Amino acid sequence: MELAYFLIETVVKVVAVFAVLMLVVAYLTLAERKILGRIQVRYGPNRVGPFGLFQPIADGIKAFFKEDLVPARADKTLFVIAPMISITAAISLFAVIPFGEQIELFGRRISLTIASLDIGLLYVFAVASLGEYGIVLGGWSGYNKYGLMGALRAAAQMISYEVALALSVMGVLMIAGTLNLVEIVRQQAGWHWNILYQPFAFIFYLVCALAEINRTPFDMPEAEAELACGFNIEYSSMKFALFFMAEYAHLVAVCAIATTLFLGGWDGPFNLPPALSWIWFVAKTGILVYFFIWERGTFPRLRYDQIMRFGWKFLLPLTLANIVGTGLYMVLRGM
Amino acid sequence: MTGSIFYWIAFVVTALAAVFAAVMVITRRNPIHSAMFLVLNFLCIAVLYLLLNAQFIAIIQVMIYAGAIMMLVIFVIMLLSVEEEERRRKIPVPLAQMLGMVLVFILFAQLIFGVVVKVLPGEQGEFSPERIAELGDVKTIAGLLFTKFLFPFEVASIILLVGIIGAVILSKKER
Repeated sequence: MELAYFLIETVVKVVAVFAVLMLVVAYLTLAERKILGRIQVRYGPNRVGPFGLFQPIADGIKAFFKEDLVPARADKTLFVIAPMISITAAISLFAVIPFGEQIELFGRRISLTIASLDIGLLYVFAVASLGEYGIVLGGWSGYNKYGLMGALRAAAQMISYEVALALSVMGVLMIAGTLNLVEIVRQQAGWHWNILYQPFAFIFYLVCALAEINRTPFDMPEAEAELACGFNIEYSSMKFALFFMAEYAHLVAVCAIATTLFLGGWDGPFNLPPALSWIWFVAKTGILVYFFIWERGTFPRLRYDQIMRFGWKFLLPLTLANIVGTGLYMVLRGM
Repeated sequence: MTGSIFYWIAFVVTALAAVFAAVMVITRRNPIHSAMFLVLNFLCIAVLYLLLNAQFIAIIQVMIYAGAIMMLVIFVIMLLSVEEEERRRKIPVPLAQMLGMVLVFILFAQLIFGVVVKVLPGEQGEFSPERIAELGDVKTIAGLLFTKFLFPFEVASIILLVGIIGAVILSKKER
């Protein structure tokens, strides 16, 4: 019986997270276009519905009814699988993210996490690294030179920045002494947010995350100006939309992980009842998402060799120095 | 968990998938397909680790092998576009092939012996699944790695460092 309850609980949580995530992703596309529009002194989409609020629905219908083209010389199997890999990996990231405090429902204690794993953070890195195959294979399988260039750039860039990304959160792990994300949030309760102890790590994490999800100024794999959209050049219709959704889901995931690791998760300036604690989490994640959109409207795209040099010769030593510094601090404080 | 029906179904399905993927790796003509089946194989092996209560090893298997190393392999295949290579005639190396066949046969015979003729369970270590669950998987490994096995651990890291420096020197030589 216990097993049945557990299964029901998990299924409900999975469905809820999936539904909310898809809604967020849909409206994130609108938010991005609106905010970028304002930054560039124009209105952004405002024709479909009041304030353009039905734009995502219109986009969805359009993507659905467009002709689904597969290039004649494409590797058909991989061409179809690639967007699926991307979206699956991006959504799977949310399995370990703690959204809120435990709540009491029907006499059962339910934690607002789908799975509280002991190796939670490693799971995040592992799934994220698998998701990169979607972009690399998508670029390769279309039999297009721009696609291949995009795929090559994506592979090189992600390998490079994954190292720095993993090293940047190491300081937090050293302080926390655990990989369990729920545990890490609990330790930050009451204004002991990790950003106060690891401010540099937070900045490194944001920079590496930008590179990891291929956003400006690191959007080399799809640089429109030189690669004409890069890895997704041959994709149309729903397959293209899947890549798009994966990108935004990954963006939300990266922000949610930053909130969990550095900004205290569901901990807030004043305590809300456990059932509402997720509001803080959503608010913090939302601010980070806004930051990511804002910086896209601000920074120009870097050159490829600059990105690689920055990653290996600048970011990597700095993240290593942060680890050494954290270690020294911990030894001196006798932690 | 060991012994339950779910465990055995999971084991058989993953093991068969792993063998299937391994066979596909060596039979595909397209090197990218081979590489992707190798990724699948690594994922199956990660699941086998999970079934053996080794969460940390499983996730590291996915992260390092399936994620990072195979990404590098695919990068190199794409960069060299090995597709041209596959149409080349096979290089005849009868001696090496014979030797390989003998070795594979010996290995296979050992496997059969181990599975059918005599079960070799090995010694029961001090870390039972219950103990590991109590201590925490990562903590157990870290504790052993930085105390009992510190020397081999450090030596391994030095070997890797030598490998990296060697690669850099080899690639710089042409200038």
